[in-house]
Amino acid sequence: MSGAHVPTETTARVWPRDIYDVFKQVGIEQVAYVPDAGHARLIQDCEADNAMNVVSLTTEEEGVAMLAGGWLGGKRGALLMQSSGVGNCVNMLSVVMEGRFPLLMVVTMRGEWGEFNPWQLPMGQSTAKVLEDIGVYVQRAERPEEVRDVVYAAAQMTFSSNRPIAVLLGQRLIGFKDWSK
Amino acid sequence: MTERRQGTMDRRDVAAAMMKGRGDALIVTGLGSTCYDFGTQDHPNTFYLWGGMGAAAMLGLGLALAQPTRRVVVVTGDGEMLMGFGAFATIGAKAPKNFSLVVIDNEHYSETGMQPTHTRRGIDLEGVARACNFGSAETIYTEAELAKTIPEIFAGTGLLFRDIKVNTKRYPMSSRLRDGSHIKNRFRENLLGAKAFD
Repeated sequence: MSGAHVPTETTARVWPRDIYDVFKQVGIEQVAYVPDAGHARLIQDCEADNAMNVVSLTTEEEGVAMLAGGWLGGKRGALLMQSSGVGNCVNMLSVVMEGRFPLLMVVTMRGEWGEFNPWQLPMGQSTAKVLEDIGVYVQRAERPEEVRDVVYAAAQMTFSSNRPIAVLLGQRLIGFKDWSK
Repeated sequence: MTERRQGTMDRRDVAAAMMKGRGDALIVTGLGSTCYDFGTQDHPNTFYLWGGMGAAAMLGLGLALAQPTRRVVVVTGDGEMLMGFGAFATIGAKAPKNFSLVVIDNEHYSETGMQPTHTRRGIDLEGVARACNFGSAETIYTEAELAKTIPEIFAGTGLLFRDIKVNTKRYPMSSRLRDGSHIKNRFRENLLGAKAFD
């Protein structure tokens, strides 16, 4: 087997459920998303939850605006996307910055680790920089067992500081697509 | 393209009539002229966007989902709405029952030198709204139509869209209230009381 030193994912992921559990714990009631394979399970869990308003977006920036509106109305939300979607959000994040809105972004990374699709690299390699440039605080989770704590800590920080935080979920977490043959 | 009907109403007259009929609805205004129009009669139930072009409709959706017992009315310009075009589909798919989307349509980008928008070129927002599951969608040209539709906008039920055609008259910025954090905190405190600071 080629790519023998790069382990592919063999067991079912548990960290998406950990994120859902954190959402419940911190009182997330609005979830906006543009789908990503890495978020599929989490989206499914949120959609099955009648206490959550789950909204599928045409572009990620819609979710930035939507969750600002949700917060105006007293609800906590989370925005799920792939790293490619971060670029779509940049100007809309000025609403969050100027209004001092909390914003919890959970971003699955592409274009950073064993990526097979070269078109993903420009945005994947720029994701953290772009977020930091506009003023979003960036935190990362690389290992399955740390996802829960990282998301929980980010949620606590955003909702007690009214500042945006993005948790980047490293591509290593999502697994390796072996295109070497 | 055939000759199209022009907007003749004055945007400030439209805004004044709407504010008179607002009741306890929560209003979100888009950046530019609609923000200034509604700033002429400031109200703590109005959230003014001064930036984030394309944000207004989606911000209204989040608010409507968070406050299902209150009517949420988004009032924005044609240029602002065209930038957030996907929101027609996203909102229509979610279909909140307490949501009105109102475009004050002068068919131009009035902030930047009166360049025509796509509505000037015949793009029909009422038709877009209809195709996107807005149960009620109309284009409003006259004072009589406006008077009839204001109660529908603010006290109706369901997902409603109105494209209100106005002339191209420009007005100066009327509002000095620009600090986003202040506008947000004031809106939340008025709506949520002590819970605003939980």
